[in-house]
Amino acid sequence: MEILARAVEATRRYGPVTALDGVSLDVPAGQLLGLLGPNGAGKTTLLQLLAGLRRPTSGTVELFGGDPRDTARRRRLGSTPQETGLPPTLRVHEVVDFVAGHFADPVPTPELLEQFGLTGLERRQTGGLSGGQKRRLAVAVAFVGRPDLVLLDEPTTGLDVEARHALWDAVRRYHEGGGTVVLTSHYLEEVEALAERVVVVDRGRVRADGTIADVRSLVPARRVRLSAPELTDLPELARVERSSRDGDRYELWTADSDALVRELVTTRVPFRDLEVATASLEEAFLALTSPGIQTTAATLGEAAR
Amino acid sequence: MSAPTNVQLTGLHTRYQFTETIRIPIAVIGTTLFPSLSLLFFVVPQPFAQDPRDATAAVAQLAVFAVMSVCLFTYGVGVAEDRALPWDGYLRTLPVGPLPRLTGRLLNGLAFVVIGLVPLVLIAWLLTAATLSLSRLALTAVALLAAGAPLFALGITIGYSLSTKAALAVAQSLLLPLAFGGGLFLPPNTFPAWLDAISTWLPTRAGRDLVVTATTGADLPGTTLLMLAGWTLLTGSLAVWAYRRDEGRRFR
Repeated sequence: MEILARAVEATRRYGPVTALDGVSLDVPAGQLLGLLGPNGAGKTTLLQLLAGLRRPTSGTVELFGGDPRDTARRRRLGSTPQETGLPPTLRVHEVVDFVAGHFADPVPTPELLEQFGLTGLERRQTGGLSGGQKRRLAVAVAFVGRPDLVLLDEPTTGLDVEARHALWDAVRRYHEGGGTVVLTSHYLEEVEALAERVVVVDRGRVRADGTIADVRSLVPARRVRLSAPELTDLPELARVERSSRDGDRYELWTADSDALVRELVTTRVPFRDLEVATASLEEAFLALTSPGIQTTAATLGEAAR
Repeated sequence: MSAPTNVQLTGLHTRYQFTETIRIPIAVIGTTLFPSLSLLFFVVPQPFAQDPRDATAAVAQLAVFAVMSVCLFTYGVGVAEDRALPWDGYLRTLPVGPLPRLTGRLLNGLAFVVIGLVPLVLIAWLLTAATLSLSRLALTAVALLAAGAPLFALGITIGYSLSTKAALAVAQSLLLPLAFGGGLFLPPNTFPAWLDAISTWLPTRAGRDLVVTATTGADLPGTTLLMLAGWTLLTGSLAVWAYRRDEGRRFR
């Protein structure tokens, strides 16, 4: 299978800060890959390396088999500006026409605007659009050149539910038509809804790489919170896989919350304010990657291998 | 269907940059009107405004000043502003090299120089004794371009190496010393000897002398072309260096 984009041991430092630390990643044609990680994990830097915006400090990055900083390599690439950084004085159709002008066979502007629910706004200056409209326009321009690979950096940040689902549909249609997508998000729901493959990045490293189910299985499925004076026999609570504590407030992670609660009751722990929640992958992931947790992200990375 | 050529891309970028800038007319007026106002208030009321040779030289000086403000502000501050915007990063992911974008900038700068020169020339023609024969027009245009070359490169260097605020401060603090020192406001023959000696080393002085020679036929000092070439080489190298190391705005 053709590899559209590749990073090999890519490291990127900004002064003393290491944003990416020896990341290797292949993006085969036709895949819909979700890059997941907390803010500052290095997702955006990785996309910037793939798009040729930045050079790796060490290691190599390839786009369509060559250097992404080489103009010709970017003819089959579509990307989207992060934030809503559109030129405020240009009209909607002007922005699309302008981007379209860089490609051999662009999607006609009216067709593209219709796909992204922007019909009727052609003559509006982008500075006068709502946040959601700007976001949709920014994502729409990624598709105007009929690219083979699209890099979407947090495409739905700031969108309402309806707009988010409309955008997901557009991404799915593109993928069904054979397109390849690398998508970053800190919404796990989004990655779950779209991606076939999930790559978890934290503190500049790949911590997990696999299907949604693979990554889910790395973390306990339930989170139990309770307040108690002192849980002295915490390690005895057999089903607790991980725990953290803030004052008298405990957070316990387990695969089987029913059994854990039963055990808490039968051992007569004087707990109160019990909360049981299904750990969304996002929540579990964030808990895993925050410092001071007993199970470290590094062991998750090992488990993934 | 093939990918657009560099010529097509240059046209595209020139058009859109122009549209973007012209939609905020005050930004254009600010830099382009100042030379005309200077002419109106500082030259027209003076007795020498009715002397063809002196008036022509005064207008030529202000024309160089117009070129310099566009270079320092449109290129210096404008580029720094653009680099701070996410849109600029996005443009660098499009299949377009630096050449169409830079050429677009160059052509836009030229367009705004022309926009600035029109009222200047009109005022000079209507209210002063300044003259420019048709035969000297082409020569003057070439001289203005040559005078602008090091200033253009200086603007690009500032724009690609500094943040917006720093670029604005640097552009403003360079503008007046370069203008006064280069004899763009007061003619150098009014300078004391020490100032004239410093002035000779400035790119604006060389540019001013070249344009004054082109418009009036005055003798060209021997150092002018050497200074202009030297400054163009220096600022040009700096501009290339600044452009190459740029990766958009840096966050630390």
